Amino acid sequence: MNDVLNFAPPPAALKNVTHRDLFLVFAKIGLLGFGGVTGWLRRVLVEEQGWLEDRDFAELFGLASTLPGANTIAVSIMLGDRYQGPSGSIAAVTGLLAMPLLILAGIASLYGQFANLPDVKNAIAGAAAATAGLVIGNAFKMARNMKPDAVAYLIGIAVFICAGIFQLPLLWTLLAVIPTSIFVLTIRKRVL
Amino acid sequence: MNLALLGALAKTFAFISIIAIGGATATVPEIHRQVVETMHWMDDTAFANSLAVAQVAPGPNVMIVGMIGWQVAGGAGFAVAMAAMLAPSCLLAFTVGRLMRHYSNLEVVDIARQALAPVAVGLILASGIVVARAADRGALTIAITGAMTLFVALTRANPLIGILAGTVSGLIAGRAGLFV
Repeated sequence: MNDVLNFAPPPAALKNVTHRDLFLVFAKIGLLGFGGVTGWLRRVLVEEQGWLEDRDFAELFGLASTLPGANTIAVSIMLGDRYQGPSGSIAAVTGLLAMPLLILAGIASLYGQFANLPDVKNAIAGAAAATAGLVIGNAFKMARNMKPDAVAYLIGIAVFICAGIFQLPLLWTLLAVIPTSIFVLTIRKRVL
Repeated sequence: MNLALLGALAKTFAFISIIAIGGATATVPEIHRQVVETMHWMDDTAFANSLAVAQVAPGPNVMIVGMIGWQVAGGAGFAVAMAAMLAPSCLLAFTVGRLMRHYSNLEVVDIARQALAPVAVGLILASGIVVARAADRGALTIAITGAMTLFVALTRANPLIGILAGTVSGLIAGRAGLFV
């Protein structure tokens, strides 16, 4: 166990990402993430910063989604550790939560006064619809950049049908899809 | 300061933290059960309002837990509830991240990562559809979602442009009486 805890990040392919970078980049993601952070997470980490390839991002996000708690927070913890160890995790997660917490306190005190104004409601409805498009567009980009094979397509579509169409609880979706996928991938590796 | 109340908040949310697969959004029914039905910390209306406020704010939806802590025990309740909700799942993520890296040479870890990548894409697409359905207020919102999807998928332009355009469209459409 001690060995695991002392494990240093692999030097190859790691950019020099400082604590300050981790804090600021995740602060940006948190600040922009009205209506959910998922869409901005990939946009900023993959496209703007170039810290991760689409495939690395997908693996990290997939792992984070199988763990309890917010998957974006899990991504910030794991990525922070990868670059700067435990203090990097703290820098990233603090960045992700700092601004939203401040804004939340502000909104909590003003919400009662403004929430029912029609202009505010309609503007929020428009922003929420656009945010949905951001998330969907990111999924298409990931699929295109990862050049999935047939098995990967089937896994992705199966997850989408369970979670997006039938809206099953995530735990059921993961329990159904992940063991099956691991089984199929193992068979394919042995047979081919 | 009511230490017993803060202790109960910590215990409740530390438990929810461990079972919160799918994040706070997927766990809302369980949070509702504990906070409203079991502990009687707030009624349904107050719970719905906390949820709405947390969703308006940016950032991960786990913030709803802070809102509940705030309503139950003020600033201290906010801090205790957030810490209890974050600490267990963050420690778990840290440990699992290290284990996955440490054992990245094992075949089973390699296959698990291969399986997780398309799972992530499917989940992101699904969450986009769920958000789109929640935001659906007729043809205009569907058009905004569709236009934004194309804008993001086909260009590398800053998505903030699209979010602002969506916000302004919503405002104008409301003024013009296009929303029901």
